[in-house]
Amino acid sequence: MKLTKAQYDEIAQFLGHVQPTRQSLRKLKEKFPSQSQSTLLSIFSQEYQKQIKRTHTKHHTAEAVETYYQRYLNGVMKNAAAPVLLELANEVDFAPSLMARIVLERYLQEKEQAMPSKALINSMLRDPSQIPDGVLANQVYQCTVNDCCYGPLVDCIKHAIGHEHEVLLREMLLEKNLSFIAEDQLRAKGYDKTPDFILEVPVAVEGHIIHWIESKASFGDESSHQAYLQDQFWSYWNRYLNTESGTFMPIFMRRASKQHIANEVKPASM
Amino acid sequence: MLCPLLLQENHIHEKLVSLSLLQKDFVPFLLNFLREQTSQILTNGPSTPAKTPNSKAHGSQRTGSERRAGHKASLGSFLTATPEALPVRRGRRKGSSSVSASGRLVARDLGHCLTEEEDGKSDGASWGVGRRKRGEVPPVSARSPPSQLNLNNLEEFPPMGAASFWTNKPSRRINPTPVSAERPLSKPKMCFTSTPVSQSPAARFSSGTSLEAFTAVQEGNLTSMRSNSLQEEREMLKKERCKLQHQASSPAGISLDPGTPTKPSYARSASLPAESHLVTCADATKVSCKKQLECLAQLYSSCIAENLVPNIFLELFFVLQLLTSKGTSTAEDGDSDLEVSERNASGRQHFRSVHNCVYFAVQVLDYQYEIISRLEKGMLKLLAENERIASFSPSLHERLRRAYESSTAKVSLLLPCSVQSVSFQPETDNRSNFPSDRAFHIFKKQRDIFYELLREWEDNNEKTGWDFERVLGNKIRAMMAHLSATCNHSHFARLFQKQLIQMCKGPVGGGTSAGDTPDQDVLNMLGSDNLSRLKRLQERFVVPQNIRGPCPPPSFPGCQQFFRDFILSAGSYQFNQHLMDSLCLKILELNALTLVEHEHSDGEADMDEQDEKKRFTVVLLSLRLLAKFLGFLVFLPYRTVEQPTRDLQDSAVALRNQTLPVLDILKLLRQSLQDHRSILTIPWIVEYLSLVDHIAPFLDYYKKVFCLLLLMVLSEDKEMSFLNKLLILAVLGWLFQVEFPSGLTFPSFSHQDSVPLVDQQLLYTCCPYLGELRKLLASFVAGSGAKNGGFIRKITPTAAESLAPKASVTQRKLQVELEQAFFHNQPPSLRRTVEFVAERVGSNCVKHIKATLVAELVQRAEVMLQDKVKEEDANHDKLLEEVCTHLYEEGAQALIKGREFCKKKGPEAVRVLLPEETSAAVSEVNRICSLFFVALIKREVKATFNRMLKVPGLPLPNEDALELRRDCPTGCQHCAPFPSQIINEIKVHSDVLCVAVGPRDEGEVIDCIWLECLLGRLSQTLRCRKFMCPTSEQQLAKCTVELASLLVSDRVPLHLRNESPEKTSERLRVKNNPTCGLLKLLLSVWKEDFGAPVPVQLMFSKKNIGYLAEVKQREWDLFLFMLRGLVEHELMRSSEIESCLRSLEELPWPSDFLKELEMLSRVFISEHRIAELRTNPCELTRQSLGTVTAQS
Repeated sequence: MKLTKAQYDEIAQFLGHVQPTRQSLRKLKEKFPSQSQSTLLSIFSQEYQKQIKRTHTKHHTAEAVETYYQRYLNGVMKNAAAPVLLELANEVDFAPSLMARIVLERYLQEKEQAMPSKALINSMLRDPSQIPDGVLANQVYQCTVNDCCYGPLVDCIKHAIGHEHEVLLREMLLEKNLSFIAEDQLRAKGYDKTPDFILEVPVAVEGHIIHWIESKASFGDESSHQAYLQDQFWSYWNRYLNTESGTFMPIFMRRASKQHIANEVKPASM
Repeated sequence: MLCPLLLQENHIHEKLVSLSLLQKDFVPFLLNFLREQTSQILTNGPSTPAKTPNSKAHGSQRTGSERRAGHKASLGSFLTATPEALPVRRGRRKGSSSVSASGRLVARDLGHCLTEEEDGKSDGASWGVGRRKRGEVPPVSARSPPSQLNLNNLEEFPPMGAASFWTNKPSRRINPTPVSAERPLSKPKMCFTSTPVSQSPAARFSSGTSLEAFTAVQEGNLTSMRSNSLQEEREMLKKERCKLQHQASSPAGISLDPGTPTKPSYARSASLPAESHLVTCADATKVSCKKQLECLAQLYSSCIAENLVPNIFLELFFVLQLLTSKGTSTAEDGDSDLEVSERNASGRQHFRSVHNCVYFAVQVLDYQYEIISRLEKGMLKLLAENERIASFSPSLHERLRRAYESSTAKVSLLLPCSVQSVSFQPETDNRSNFPSDRAFHIFKKQRDIFYELLREWEDNNEKTGWDFERVLGNKIRAMMAHLSATCNHSHFARLFQKQLIQMCKGPVGGGTSAGDTPDQDVLNMLGSDNLSRLKRLQERFVVPQNIRGPCPPPSFPGCQQFFRDFILSAGSYQFNQHLMDSLCLKILELNALTLVEHEHSDGEADMDEQDEKKRFTVVLLSLRLLAKFLGFLVFLPYRTVEQPTRDLQDSAVALRNQTLPVLDILKLLRQSLQDHRSILTIPWIVEYLSLVDHIAPFLDYYKKVFCLLLLMVLSEDKEMSFLNKLLILAVLGWLFQVEFPSGLTFPSFSHQDSVPLVDQQLLYTCCPYLGELRKLLASFVAGSGAKNGGFIRKITPTAAESLAPKASVTQRKLQVELEQAFFHNQPPSLRRTVEFVAERVGSNCVKHIKATLVAELVQRAEVMLQDKVKEEDANHDKLLEEVCTHLYEEGAQALIKGREFCKKKGPEAVRVLLPEETSAAVSEVNRICSLFFVALIKREVKATFNRMLKVPGLPLPNEDALELRRDCPTGCQHCAPFPSQIINEIKVHSDVLCVAVGPRDEGEVIDCIWLECLLGRLSQTLRCRKFMCPTSEQQLAKCTVELASLLVSDRVPLHLRNESPEKTSERLRVKNNPTCGLLKLLLSVWKEDFGAPVPVQLMFSKKNIGYLAEVKQREWDLFLFMLRGLVEHELMRSSEIESCLRSLEELPWPSDFLKELEMLSRVFISEHRIAELRTNPCELTRQSLGTVTAQS
């Protein structure tokens, strides 16, 4: 199923300024019923991430951090059971998970009298039971559960989707009797940059020769194409010949997209 | 075969005795004489210098003032005029004919001699006259360089019998100093003839037309042209044109001025002077002094045939200039008068008229027919269509026409340039090849940076104002710094070298690179026939068309520019050293390749020959490329813009004579001569030497090399394949023109590179300057036809015939690309193996088919033909055609048979030859192989039946390599929901956790049945292992534990259908509690379906117990139920639970909660003991918390 550029733009525009809550997602689904949920979620997530990238710094100034922490303390003092952190995040237009991280970091800093390590914070975000303060633990957990764009749960879902699509891709390759080397085999051979699959015998798709396939399992918008091109695809090209074939969900990407995003942006289809 | 009169000492004519001393210098004289004679009439194309290597007698003698300009030994050296002196000379043209250098005089005297001899007046004194004249020469002009006038200068006015002093010392007529803004570091090597690529503006504008400026732009000297306003120059041009016109129309203009030849070297370079619109019609009846001309032509041709001229193509160019000379009306009119007036001064002018020039040229061409007929087809066409040849020599015209018709030598000089990456090869590129992880990772980055630079260059280098050093310089140097820090230079040098070969090896070599091929759309639109037309059209636009003369300076065209500029910008000693090592290694490797592997038997001759040629071409072009860059690097440190002074040179020579060459080319050259492989070695050595610095040719080592090379020119080797010889002559001729040291001797030897490996495509690819011959002719056609006086490219636009897509072309193209692509990422050995197998099996197959099917068919064809011939007296060709058509169907069987044969044999051979590890891909390799074979057989069948056959697509091999599944239940259809979906549902989508954790909307509930379903699907998902990954499973485990905690603490607002829980009793409520059902489900999923350990102890975390603590009406029953379930399902041991509970009690809970917790603890422990005694499975109803409380 194809998603036209116009349709994509419409969705992106709708997402211009929304909070990453399940309520927003529900609205999105109602507005664009013909699109699959995963496509919408993927676009939603990307758009929201762009928005966060733009505003990220202003939430990390010392003053902002201090304000948030004080507001959190005041909030839980009044009512520890209320979703203080989550509401705060929504109020200032910031991702709840990231807000939780800021406050947790600040809390630990106060408690330990030192900057907590990133690893510790990540571990606590993943498993809030480790947070010494029970109230904060609940608040943090509430944030991570309710955030549909950031946080350990979302990361895990993304990871799972990525893995599932790799498996699907492998299935397809096997089905088509294509000879390929998978990433783990490549690593074992000592390759320095490895796409998901290198086709031992290249194939032609729509007149383009495909040497390797990288499954991205996310919506391929312009900026993600750009980013992946820079981080990965050029490196693959530099090693395994001249055709790009990243798959955004099962989408084949060609070099043309370097210059202009395809007029038809294909959606995720699951 | 030199003129016996002059060369055979035994039979020296008595009249010539006095000339015997000059015999060694005869050739230079002759060439110079011809240049002199024709200098006035030639206005088309750049002037061709006369130039010859020194003769052996004087080889080692060199005198002090010999400079670079001088050592470019040329006959032109006898004419000492320098461009700067031009204006002065023009003024004193008349009567100055006997002026200046001796060589020139001698040359003219020779002409004189000839004339006199012919007239029967010749006597022994004629030479004496020449001498006398020399002595009588009055000082020419005060402003001329004094050296010209110094009668005591032995170089210029040597005494008789001391010829060595001056014959050795030729100086060029032209020694323009190039001004190159864009390549300050590249050696400004000029050759005589070519219009220098980067000519100084002042020199350039001595040219006649503004078109010159455009050609300069075309040639690539873009920056200087673009940056300046051309207004001033245009004015200069106008003035210059006026001068030219004036000069041409005045009788004075025709006298032989030594300076004249220099001037037109620019004027002629690209276009015809304005007045040359009036092309004189050459008329065979108007030819004067035929006899002398014939004699000269014979003499001259003999010199060419005997390789006595340094560069045969230069001479051919000169001859074609004569053939296409325009002449002027004044020259026509004044002919007879001049002849009279000139006679006294310096002998007769044999080339005064166009008619004479053309006559002479046609004569020479006739003698040189063998060479000419081997030139490329386009050239032959122009010659065959040349009306002057047709009218002067109908027989030559006829022969040329036939040569043209039968020629197959189409040549394309289009250089494809596309960036294709070098594939990663684990044997050389993986971690084990690096000293440390850091080095490995840094190199990973370097590779990416390198290609980034390359892409940037590719995208931008043609844009105005884009400057390599400015944009990329710092990035490259940063990269070099990183390389140095990790000692990765050798890796990078290898990558650099491979990329160089990949991108620049030239227009041939079979590889259709992606960039070479046009867009899909274009291809669809045009189809294959039109595609080749398009290619030709493109070539005409892209390949520079201006006439630069047959000896352009060495250059780095196309992509080579990137690599050269990279080296220059990098300026890294380490990198250069490693790159040289890498280049040397590769050169040695390629140079040692055995190219002709087996004897030819009749059966396989054409095929092997073709393959050999192709392979040879690839190797030769790669070698030339590598050698050029090696030469560039080796001589880079010694490069100077200015010619060093004699003193500097002497000390430099003394110093550098002590060093060893990086690559022992002398040894390689000798070896190649011994092994009869010079056809491979000489062309690349020439490339290497073309980049020597000013000093190098004077080093003992390189002197020897040059000597040896010179022998190649002079040696006549009958056994060498004609085109092989032509290539060697062409490249050496070019080298000697561009770079020529003196001090060479001529021993004689012979070599035989008899296998015909060179074809016209290769010849022209290696020597693109040969194309100048054709351009000259083409410009003549254009010039005489149109009035614009310039060289026009005639392109006839045609309408596209059919826009219908032609699938087969596309597919064939794709097929080729796929083949290339396949081998790109495989180790090179695989390709070699497959090629070898393909070649051998294909050859065997062809033999087999020929012996069986074809033989039979031919027999039948014979019978059929005989019958038909008897029947009627029809056209035989047509008959043959008919018979072939008849047998066509059966002929097609050859293909099928062949494919079967190859399919059977090919894979067997490949399997044996490839390493074991490749076996997985073998079936695919087989497929590729069979494609190769099919292509081979196709060729053969085509040759036999002269027909194209369509190849039906090959069936794909059925490879059954299903991956092993991890623990999926047998018969699993893998249609369970994806893990990601389940996590999503648990977390967000169906809002279980969200709703549970809150905040929730008003009236938001979770359907209990739905939740049950979800857990059911979770079970399915967990059972099918296909899409499961550890993180998903862990997350699922965590989420479910979380869910369980929330359920236990009654935080999940379950929506129960058809039930009214309030009415049931406490006991019943618990028993029928839907939550219990859900918990049971969860327990069983944890127990049965999870592969990973489930972190059930998380339920005892402070946070999760906290859920319980927050609830007013605590559901301890559910919690207890859970505890029992955990033990029952062996998810936790009771002792573990006990310790968990105990540690919970130590936390600061509200007192009432703590009490309840302690109570629960006690109940669990006691119950557990009872349970242990009874070994009965516990039931929730058996002992509720309530009863426990009552008991206590």
